[in-house]
Amino acid sequence: MSFINYSAREINCKIVYYGPGLCGKTTNLQYVYNKTNPDLKGKMISLATETERTLFFDFLPLALGEIRGFKTRFHLYTVPGQVFYDASRKLILKGVDGVVFVADSQVERMDANLESADNLRANLREQGFDPDRIPTVIQYNKRDLPNAAPLEEMRRLLNPRGLPEFEACATVGKGVFETLKAVAKGVLADLRTMGR
Amino acid sequence: MLDSQLVMYDEDHRRILAVIRKLVQSAHAKGIFVVDRNGQLMAEAGEMRGIDTTSLASLAAGNIAASGGLAKIIGEDEFPVHFHQGRRDSLHISTVGRRAILLVVFDERSSLGLVRLRVRKAQTELARIFEEIEKKSERAGGSAETPFAEITDEDIDNLFNS
Repeated sequence: MSFINYSAREINCKIVYYGPGLCGKTTNLQYVYNKTNPDLKGKMISLATETERTLFFDFLPLALGEIRGFKTRFHLYTVPGQVFYDASRKLILKGVDGVVFVADSQVERMDANLESADNLRANLREQGFDPDRIPTVIQYNKRDLPNAAPLEEMRRLLNPRGLPEFEACATVGKGVFETLKAVAKGVLADLRTMGR
Repeated sequence: MLDSQLVMYDEDHRRILAVIRKLVQSAHAKGIFVVDRNGQLMAEAGEMRGIDTTSLASLAAGNIAASGGLAKIIGEDEFPVHFHQGRRDSLHISTVGRRAILLVVFDERSSLGLVRLRVRKAQTELARIFEEIEKKSERAGGSAETPFAEITDEDIDNLFNS
């Protein structure tokens, strides 16, 4: 969970990008990394296989600015999407403050999206979280592809609770920062309720 | 609770620093880092200024989490001590209570035996400090002591407009 450091006047929060294999989680982080002012970002770490599939996690530290005299730092993580890396996904969810669920819009990936969404809820519960209370944002990625499923259908299947949602094409950056801002806002708003 | 929000005040930071500064001396260490199990750096001491401590903290937490997962598979609770030997520098990693990780970087000026011995004492002191921090965090979590109760929507929006 968030770490408030009065000594350094910092708030540190952890955001995890979740979703099925090859949906574009790492691409989201890479775009954020490439487009962020060097003063505001740290090094991006990718623990990946030789074929650039995420093996454990990607990590990108980001400074967003100050709020009430505290520097806000967000640590962005991705999980490995492939089904058999479930043990690693559980570990990465430890201490999460906000989640981005990246869905692959291609029709043939709809089962994988649903399986991953179920897996997210199960793993959050296993880590002691209530999946309905963790700030979550849905991103419908790869909207530019010809085989993209209709948005309405994706919404019905993946966002029955009406969470903040964004259409995206992460390779060119469409929707990437909008998604990040929405989840960061959710996390900060949550921090406010905790302080009450 | 491990997943409760952690709040570290100046006085806590100073107490942690005092312990690890002493450890730098007694273990002849190059650098010492205290990291939260969620991957946040909490304190550092020693001569290793300028290294990428954010990545260090995140990877150390990942390492402890992964080895903890391995431990559970074979019926252990966790592996509380890790040692990585390098050509010049070596890394001693140990868990502190349920909340923190202590990293000690050392070279030929020290030895694994000495580091192990000195870490043991520091671990006990740090564990006590973290217990107190956690208790304080739990208390603060339910009150209006944190400045964030007053965050407005405008504050949050400004963060993204700046």
